[in-house]
Amino acid sequence: MSIMGTRVVRVEDPRLLTTGAVYTEDLRDPRLTGALHLTFVRAPMAHARILSIQTADALAFPGVVAVLTAADLGMEPMPPAMPMFTQTMTTSLLATDTVRFVGDAVAVVVTETAYQGQDAADHVHVEYDHLPALIDLREAASDAVLLYPQAGTNTVFAMGPAELDPELFAGCEVVVTQEIVNQRVAAAPLEGRAAAATIEDGRLIMWVSTQAAQDAKGAICRWLGIEPETLRVITPDVGGGFGAKIGADPDHAVVGAVARHLGRPVRWTETRSENMVAMTHGRGQLNTVTIGGKRDGTVLAYRLEILQDAGAQPRIGAVLPALTTLMAPAVYAFPKVEVKARSVVTTTTPTAAYRGAGRPEATHAIERGLDLFAAEIGMDPGEVRRTNLLPAFTEPHTTATGAVYDTGDYAVALDKALAASDYPALRAEQERRRAAGEEKLLGIGLSVYVEITGQAPASEIADVELRPDGSARVLTGTSPHGQGHATAWAMLVSEETGVPMDRITVEHGDTDLIPVGGGTFGSRSLQQGGAAVRQATRELVELARQRAADLLEANPDDIVVDTARAGVHVAGSPDAGVSFAELAAKEPLQVHTTFTSPGPTFPFGAHVAVVEVDVRTGKARLERLIAVDDAGTILNPLLAEGQRHGGYAQGVAQALIEEVRYDPEGNPETSTLATYPFLGITDVPSFEPVDMATPTPYNTLGAKGVGEAGTIGATPAVHNAVIDAVAHLGVRHIDMPTTPMRVWSALRAAEAAS
Amino acid sequence: MIPAPFSYVRADSVDHVLSLLVEHGDEAKVLAGGQSLLPILKMRLARPEVVVDISRLSELAYVRVEGDEVAIGAATRHREVVDSADLQRDVPLLPYVASLVGDRQVRHRGTFGGSLVHGDPAADLPAAVLALGATFVIQGPAGRREVPAPEFFQDYFQTAVGEDELLLEIRVPRVPGVGWAYEKFTRRANDWAIVAVAAVDNRVALANMSMTPMRAVAVEAALAGGASAAQAAQAAAEGTSPVTDMHADEEYRGHLARVLTERALVTAAGR
Amino acid sequence: MQVTTTVNGEARTDEVEDRLLLVHYLRDVRGLRATNVGCDTTSCGACTVLLDGESVKSCTVLAVQADGREVSTVEGLAAADGTLHPVQAAFRQEHGLQCGFCTPGMVMACVSLLKDNPRPTEHEVRDGLEGNFCRCTGYHNIVRAVLVASGQDPK
Repeated sequence: MSIMGTRVVRVEDPRLLTTGAVYTEDLRDPRLTGALHLTFVRAPMAHARILSIQTADALAFPGVVAVLTAADLGMEPMPPAMPMFTQTMTTSLLATDTVRFVGDAVAVVVTETAYQGQDAADHVHVEYDHLPALIDLREAASDAVLLYPQAGTNTVFAMGPAELDPELFAGCEVVVTQEIVNQRVAAAPLEGRAAAATIEDGRLIMWVSTQAAQDAKGAICRWLGIEPETLRVITPDVGGGFGAKIGADPDHAVVGAVARHLGRPVRWTETRSENMVAMTHGRGQLNTVTIGGKRDGTVLAYRLEILQDAGAQPRIGAVLPALTTLMAPAVYAFPKVEVKARSVVTTTTPTAAYRGAGRPEATHAIERGLDLFAAEIGMDPGEVRRTNLLPAFTEPHTTATGAVYDTGDYAVALDKALAASDYPALRAEQERRRAAGEEKLLGIGLSVYVEITGQAPASEIADVELRPDGSARVLTGTSPHGQGHATAWAMLVSEETGVPMDRITVEHGDTDLIPVGGGTFGSRSLQQGGAAVRQATRELVELARQRAADLLEANPDDIVVDTARAGVHVAGSPDAGVSFAELAAKEPLQVHTTFTSPGPTFPFGAHVAVVEVDVRTGKARLERLIAVDDAGTILNPLLAEGQRHGGYAQGVAQALIEEVRYDPEGNPETSTLATYPFLGITDVPSFEPVDMATPTPYNTLGAKGVGEAGTIGATPAVHNAVIDAVAHLGVRHIDMPTTPMRVWSALRAAEAAS
Repeated sequence: MIPAPFSYVRADSVDHVLSLLVEHGDEAKVLAGGQSLLPILKMRLARPEVVVDISRLSELAYVRVEGDEVAIGAATRHREVVDSADLQRDVPLLPYVASLVGDRQVRHRGTFGGSLVHGDPAADLPAAVLALGATFVIQGPAGRREVPAPEFFQDYFQTAVGEDELLLEIRVPRVPGVGWAYEKFTRRANDWAIVAVAAVDNRVALANMSMTPMRAVAVEAALAGGASAAQAAQAAAEGTSPVTDMHADEEYRGHLARVLTERALVTAAGR
Repeated sequence: MQVTTTVNGEARTDEVEDRLLLVHYLRDVRGLRATNVGCDTTSCGACTVLLDGESVKSCTVLAVQADGREVSTVEGLAAADGTLHPVQAAFRQEHGLQCGFCTPGMVMACVSLLKDNPRPTEHEVRDGLEGNFCRCTGYHNIVRAVLVASGQDPK
């Protein structure tokens, strides 16, 4: 019986549940014996010139080996890596003359123990000359205060038409417009950032908690100005990433720089307080949505104006509006779509990818916008969506912004979600509570989404070897950090070969072993890495058949796979066979292959959220989340559902409670897990996933990506639900997170207006 | 993060604690369950030279019925307050409120007295003991004194316990059969209260509406004057001076105080 | 100062710095590195271990406070023959873990919860685990795992 599509429990788990994983901090590699501990000294203010750095007091502390600054390490400002960014916005790994956000790295203290590092770091005295903070995005866009004076602008990146089309909404009976905040949030993986480094035979060896070792290597080489052959990056177990651990951060490169400078092994694990200000944040868009159409619900034109908060340094966050732009047309057949985007720097933590990375923003903008449009014309949100959905398609569909959707059937997704939630009954219960004047109001929110997964890189490698001892070894360029690749890739190999899953090992994340690899992000792993593993396995089986044909003196076409013996035999003669192990004993049986997808895939779905809002206090609570997520054919429902659940929670968190906040001087207000409202177990119900599977033709697995579906679908559904709960009281919009005070304030404003 | 260096001393008696406090003055901190103190030390918001551990003083960990009162030793853990049959019977507000402090792990370590001495105006137990009209027994070099709850909470994170003194015991009146309620409004379940209201009969206390927990005097007066719960609750924000933070501004806190007071009074009346 | 502790049944005496946190004692002195540190503020519960049978956050206990006490970590949970403890087995069966970082603390918090409440409702499970954060699972399968570990059908 095939194991494809079945709930196979994870091979990873026994280790994680007993001895625990080996994260970077847990490493006791002999090459790290005697490793020194590195503690960063970070800017305590948002924007300042550095006048001096006094290290003498810190150096006098016990265990201090060195206190190093940019000057000591020869660090110079460098232009941003992405060529589309304003190249005069130069930064160095440790600040040279200016700090631009609370958490900006200024110096490092190197000590024998971690405890000593914190003691000494408190005594590195940095003299600062305050400069104005820049928190507000519109103020940043005005260029009144410049973060990089030599650039002459705060704009890192811009795209879209130079001028907005004045005729875009011509002929529309109704035009609604709304400024919508897609607030900054923290990825907050439970394991923060960490790295270790040593010098071995003149090469730098680094262990990095990353989602992509090969990307990390590339970035660190660039920052340190070293040749690729002089750096090896190894990925230990990784305690979550959610986009914020793609590649490497400058801080990781500093760890490498210190190891090279001192010629000794060093290690660094950030504290949570450090993580909350120095690991990149996600989202951070201010979007202006304008929708025009007819009173029958037909949308004729949609405009999205994006202002992205890049934070203090040009990093991945600045380019995410390109993804928001690409996905702006969403699941709809809008005749006209116009998107204009701009990313600006502010005196805040740099932004980068966070689960969805640019696509949740697109979905959120249109799904919130459509509810506003529905409210304006007095139509049910479900009906408005149905009116405008693209019809089902199996041939690629090209959108107004140039995305080529592979397959989709959005109306069915919506119908399934509405049916599973018993939407009419929910509306009836909502009406009953309103009529009865109950304090706990019901809100129902919808979203229909399509996202892009596996966008880049389009290729992934796999290397599969069947060994004489009957085991198999898989090398993958993807990089698991909780997704269960070891289980999924073993399923793929076992299915084709009959090698038992517990005899299959999966290795990843060592750039010496796997020089080329794309890593794990953008929901790419199964559809590219998994597809590569299947391709390699099939090529390997083909190779085995050839060899077996010679051995068994048969025609290769007559050799069939015999999974029961983990080998092959001559068709019709099960006794005339040979195992892969036997073949491997004669000659290594190994295939290295590259799978290239013809294009990205476009998973889709529909979510229905049900919230309860206390009309007196404004507190909203999620009661139900019914979610249809179509990610093509599912390899292992256990793993796919796990990805969905996790995404839902993070999506719900953004709608209801999570937000990174700064005061007007740029001081973070949410720099610990006591102040950042990390979603807890009592904040969410059990979820109600609904299955739907429309295969993609782009890989033999039929798989699309599923890792980010949850955040993309859930946030707008929950957000819409909160507003829906109080819409009858005159509330039109409330920004996220819909905290009790925000809801209460909106209710009060609506009351005053009526 | 980790604390700055300090010397740890495990006290073997109350006298030992007091002698250490006299010797080290404001350089010493008393450690009981550590669930408030250790986070402060780790964030280096305090850097005592000496930490005096009282958590093994069994003479400070008890719940005892004494006449019209229940006496609770200062080092009694939250868990023991939650589980106390005497309190459940005679002062049911306290086990309920203690069950809302922190989370299970915190309640396994944190102490009743420690939470009160910490003097956090957003904490749960201070408002509860204020509504109950508790008495605090404090020991110092000059001997033992008793302080009524309204005088115990003196300012923001500041109580009547002096640097050379130790809180020994909290005495609360037995109120079996008396209506009670605790309405806690939080962002997440285990967060500190944005606002909370404790009600015992017609006595009402507010958490996080001032620099200290406080009695809602105007509400109590209105109730004494015959006002309904809803009417009396309208006075809940009178005389308060709540902070404005990222969760709530002053106006919203005032509104919450009114809503929660009404709910607390209604619940208390129904018990 | 000196601390004598019994960790997962093994008694030992060590000389430690007074300020050493229990979690660092377990990790760095005892070499038991399954227990993780996820925050600075007693918020996340990743460091949860049992102290004399009760769950505590070992980042908020001094090593010296564990003197003379028994500490249990996830490393000591499975049987000597490797058989998983029912909570561990249920976490695997229900996919109650992904990256694994919260897992050792989460499992120990569950063991403590079930000791006090052997057949909790879903609400009681969530209430009882409010001190433990997970970023991967959305808590959905953790709740299921606890129900399964307590012999209940999570549906």
